[in-house]
Amino acid sequence: MSTPSTTPALEIVGARLELGDGDARVHALDDVSLRVDPGEIVAVVGPSGSGKSSLLAVAGALAKPDSGIVRVHGTDVTALAKSAATRFRLTTIGFVFQSGNLIAALTATDQLRLAARLAGNRTADPAALLGSVGMAHRADHRPDQLSGGERQRVGIARALVNDPSLLLVDEPTAALDRASSHDVVRLLAARAHEAGVAVVMVTHDHDVLEHCDRVLEMTDGRLGERVLAA
Amino acid sequence: MFLGLRELRFARGRFTLMGVVIALVAVLVVLLSGLSAGLVNDGVSGLKAMRVMSFAFDKGTITDNAFTRSVVDDEQLATWSAAPGVRAAEPLGVSIVNGTTDAGRQVDLTLFGVEPDGFLSPAVSSGARSAGPGEIVVSQTAASAGLALGTKVTLDRSGVELTVVGFTAAQATFGHVDVAYLPIDTWRLIASGSAQAGAPTPQQIGALHYPYSSVIAVQAGDDATLDTARTDTAAGTMSMTRTEAFNASPGYQAETMTLTMIRAFLYAICALVVGAFFTVWTIQRTHEIAVLRAVGASTSYLLRDGLAQSLVLLLGFTVLGVAAGVGMGALMPDGMPFSLEPVPVALASIVTVVLGLGGAGVAILRVTRVEPVTALGGHR
Ligand SMILES: Nc1ncnc2c1ncn2[C@@H]1O[C@H](COP(=O)(O)OP(=O)(O)OP(=O)(O)O)[C@@H](O)[C@H]1O
Ligand SMILES: [Mg+2]
Repeated sequence: MSTPSTTPALEIVGARLELGDGDARVHALDDVSLRVDPGEIVAVVGPSGSGKSSLLAVAGALAKPDSGIVRVHGTDVTALAKSAATRFRLTTIGFVFQSGNLIAALTATDQLRLAARLAGNRTADPAALLGSVGMAHRADHRPDQLSGGERQRVGIARALVNDPSLLLVDEPTAALDRASSHDVVRLLAARAHEAGVAVVMVTHDHDVLEHCDRVLEMTDGRLGERVLAA
Repeated sequence: MFLGLRELRFARGRFTLMGVVIALVAVLVVLLSGLSAGLVNDGVSGLKAMRVMSFAFDKGTITDNAFTRSVVDDEQLATWSAAPGVRAAEPLGVSIVNGTTDAGRQVDLTLFGVEPDGFLSPAVSSGARSAGPGEIVVSQTAASAGLALGTKVTLDRSGVELTVVGFTAAQATFGHVDVAYLPIDTWRLIASGSAQAGAPTPQQIGALHYPYSSVIAVQAGDDATLDTARTDTAAGTMSMTRTEAFNASPGYQAETMTLTMIRAFLYAICALVVGAFFTVWTIQRTHEIAVLRAVGASTSYLLRDGLAQSLVLLLGFTVLGVAAGVGMGALMPDGMPFSLEPVPVALASIVTVVLGLGGAGVAILRVTRVEPVTALGGHR
């Protein structure tokens, strides 16, 4: 599905990241390389503490690797200053976090409007986007009035509001039941395939891997491809 | 302030609680401001009304209660009158006396002995200026003590009888006692202790040799050539400007210092309480702030939003508190020394808001310490 000529949405080459000091020092990322093309949804699995969140942090310009290259949509994000990285995240990268994704004080619509305002994005259409994740009927609800699955949908809609080319998703189904988990991941896969967004999703939930194009496995900071048992 | 306003609405319970504290501080600040203005007026309005540059006290007079302690003689007065750069210098006699009205009411009066036609002689709103011996012009506030035109006041011990012939145009009190202006000659007669019971007569005054007064009131000329220090040395006096001299009136320094200290504490409490509130508020939202920063909110956006939020809170509730304070001020009983003046009240409100904002600002700076990377992972 990907041709070598397209600009990869995410390209990591030989990234290393050490965390902690002294005895607590760990190789969170150990020579990690990864390429994700537009329209692809990639799952990252692995035991707890293996470095999955660290991979997302590095891919999302939230943390700088000690060495290696990270390019998002052609831009070397390791070279960006802090404020430039902030700006870059706003326009090019969407985040969906495991929990506490949403701002307690804001309704579903306002979550999207705030993200659009931050980016100075006047063309965003929060209502349509909420509709596309099946949340039109909950547009005026605040997070405490939504179910876990509904919150994740709103979170996904917010991550998409500024048309990012890369969507980074950390354990989106951790707090959800089976049916909602499938709904959420199906939604992400559809976004990838229809809108050409590249999605990297960290998950512990092996049930939902069937919706992904590739599955990568992380062990002790090393990343390996895993063949889908489909 | 997209986020800040919505948070105010969302967490209105918490913000209202904080706001009520701010409003109460504002009420107290207003009441204190009214009280201190009232006390100042009560303490020194008699001096405030005088068109005087400075007062010369006898050298070595203790500052506290200096007006009633100081004694200057006519020689010192003459030195001042003749000094270059002095437009006019006049004697002022100050003493605090007790008396009884002809209706049998006890009154306290501060006697201000002044030259009847001099610059210290006050404008009157009713009646006449005091000219003859035994005629007094009293502060309009003395009406509540039972004084009226024609009332005779008999001074305790000496039995000297004074008659109210006029009321001053402005409030004139000194050391919380109503001022009675009388001719300096009559004042000297009373101060010398040689006055006989009954109304003072021109004969008694003519026979008196008592060349003293309390202080010398000085008006400087326009050419600014007056060398106060030199004249003080020459005359054996020490000068205080009119405002410095406020401290020399009874209780003034102690009262204003106490009130200033209470006010400073209130401001500090306001800043600290608001700071503590916003510290807790910011810490509660650490994860949200991390999410916002990860999504791409800049530090300056978060700071501006937070400051705007605290400003709305502070302004809103300070205005409420000031309004309540002014309302309560209007209900104060007449006898209470309370006077609300727009400038001090406005200043006090602004200081409340600014210091509150300072406290909030320090707390809100915390957002810069929230690392966006903490939004990742299974926090919470
Ligand atoms: N701030 C830090 N300081 C020191 N070590 C850290 C820090 N953050 C993470 N680590 C360590 O880095 C390693 C990778 O952490 P990471 O959060 O990426 O794991 P993960 O695969 O996401 O785990 P989980 O599935 O539990 O979320 C772990 O061993 C962790 O203990
Ligand atoms: Mg993790």
